Amino acid sequence: MIRAGLIALFLWPALARAEGPARVLSVGGGVTEIVYALGEEGRLVGRDTTSTFPPEAAALPDVGYMRQLSPEGMLSVAPDLILLSAGAGPAETLETLGAAGVAMVTIPEGITPQAVAEKVTAVAAALGVPEKGAELNARIAAEMAAAQAAVAAEPGPAPKVLFILGNSGGRLTGAGAGTAAQAMIDLAGGDNAITGFSGYKALTDEAIAAAAPDVLLVMDRGDGGASEGATEADYLAHPALAATPAGRAGAIVRMPGMFLLGFGPRTPEAITALHGALFAKAR
Amino acid sequence: MSAAPLAAPKPAPAHRLPAGAVAVGLLALLLAAAGLSLSLGASGLAPWEPLLRPLSPVEAAILYDIRLPRLLLGALVGAGLAVSGALMQGLFRNPLADPGLVGVGAGAGLGAVIAIVLGGALPAAIRAATGIYLVPLFAFAGGWAAVVVLYRVASLRGQTSIATMLLAGIVLGALAGALTGILIFLADDAQLRDLTFWGLGSLAGANWLKLTAAGPILLAGLALSVPLARGLDAMALGEAVARHMGVPVERVKRGAIVAVAAMTGAAVAVSGGIGFLGIVVPHILRLAVGPGHRLLLPLSALFGAALLIGADTAARLVVAPAELPIGILMALIGAPVFLWILLARRAVLEL
Repeated sequence: MIRAGLIALFLWPALARAEGPARVLSVGGGVTEIVYALGEEGRLVGRDTTSTFPPEAAALPDVGYMRQLSPEGMLSVAPDLILLSAGAGPAETLETLGAAGVAMVTIPEGITPQAVAEKVTAVAAALGVPEKGAELNARIAAEMAAAQAAVAAEPGPAPKVLFILGNSGGRLTGAGAGTAAQAMIDLAGGDNAITGFSGYKALTDEAIAAAAPDVLLVMDRGDGGASEGATEADYLAHPALAATPAGRAGAIVRMPGMFLLGFGPRTPEAITALHGALFAKAR
Repeated sequence: MSAAPLAAPKPAPAHRLPAGAVAVGLLALLLAAAGLSLSLGASGLAPWEPLLRPLSPVEAAILYDIRLPRLLLGALVGAGLAVSGALMQGLFRNPLADPGLVGVGAGAGLGAVIAIVLGGALPAAIRAATGIYLVPLFAFAGGWAAVVVLYRVASLRGQTSIATMLLAGIVLGALAGALTGILIFLADDAQLRDLTFWGLGSLAGANWLKLTAAGPILLAGLALSVPLARGLDAMALGEAVARHMGVPVERVKRGAIVAVAAMTGAAVAVSGGIGFLGIVVPHILRLAVGPGHRLLLPLSALFGAALLIGADTAARLVVAPAELPIGILMALIGAPVFLWILLARRAVLEL
């Protein structure tokens, strides 16, 4: 609390000078993360439910889930700019907001390093701080190059990775082509063990056995483990998973979902962490 | 109604309230709910403020383009759903009947899911014409199609069998559910989230366009239900008796089905799935004023409107500036109240 206050005090002169919108409502966890990474969080007056990183964002008023926004709730924080992650809605709400004369900027989504740079550029431009965006992009690009060089230098064979989205009642959901999970596995030097479908789909036990993953990759919510759904023991107790090479070796990698799949400023760090964890577990 | 002196240990009429007082009370409740709905919201703007000072464009939008259409749509949807429930219960002579029985809900749900999941694959001309209103249009069309199919199945030589309709409605519901399931399996992550929230129901998308599209349909359904009251009262004694009393039974049935399909279809299209209103409202009113439809139908409209507006106001305040889907709130309030009424007055629940 005190620290946040000191930071605010420290930032105050910078804010007073800043051009562009002064009251920004950020919708979408990835967008909010970029606003913070740009050091422009002083302008934020609200966020949506998916904006949970950095933890300080939780102190902002929450206007609801990004796909089920209500117009009056969003107007109640008196924004002069609304940053919307692609996919925010419903469309009726956005239309009403547009009719009310509030400026809105939609930030594109994507699952490539290039898309990260585009997101940062779009957010920085909307906030009127393009030079800060260029700075952040240069930093991310350098980190990305380092992470990818480390992945390229990896001598070991690529481990086959099975990403598991959910484990409800023993039925597993895996990630196929075109998913953020597959993109991250590829970037980290792994091979997606699932081939043959796109999107997130339920996996049959036979498909899991045929996939024969060396490592299991699962998400946690990143809140310290107290409220996690499934524990590693739960995954290892699953009969089909237990029979795979990963299951026999107990090779499970857990990462916070937003960190792993967010495709934002932390993505280079996530690639390095995932690369390290995958190859350590597969060995 | 027919068996009251025999079946009820507690004579039901003793509990009844004077209809005039109930009507005045409900009207007052409706006005109070409407006043609260206009006054309360995440932004803390009051409806009399335009009289005191000029509003900023954003404040004007909140009052005239967000709260006002939402209030009117909520009133019409609430009235439509409650009257639909009363009509269905009268038609099926069963206190548990609700619009879901004629397949409107399942059909509308399937239509909405088709629009959400396959909308992107539709010809560009259709998408350009409907814009962002593809889902409501498909929901209405789906609900209407389900009723037409059901009516054809249940009708033979000009006679509509209510029992066949009930069974066919359940079967059709199962079929629509299966087709919905297939589409859910095909849906991607984002579409799944849209589906989930659509099913929970909300008035958050209310605007003047939706009101001008759905309002006339809901009003027509309400108007159509007024002359059905006498026929439904007679049909409570059985179709044969009603026919002997000179009631055009087939016309009453057709009228009720058309009114329910129109009102429920329009309501579901603009607000998603809002349950419980159609069962709770007519039941409470039957306890208060008795089962006669001439009172029950208009009072259901008043009470349904007041209840939905009140619930919607609460839905947007409890977690402000976010809001709860109203379907959740309706069931959360409706289920315990209904259960309490059931337990407290089991003996006098009758049609």
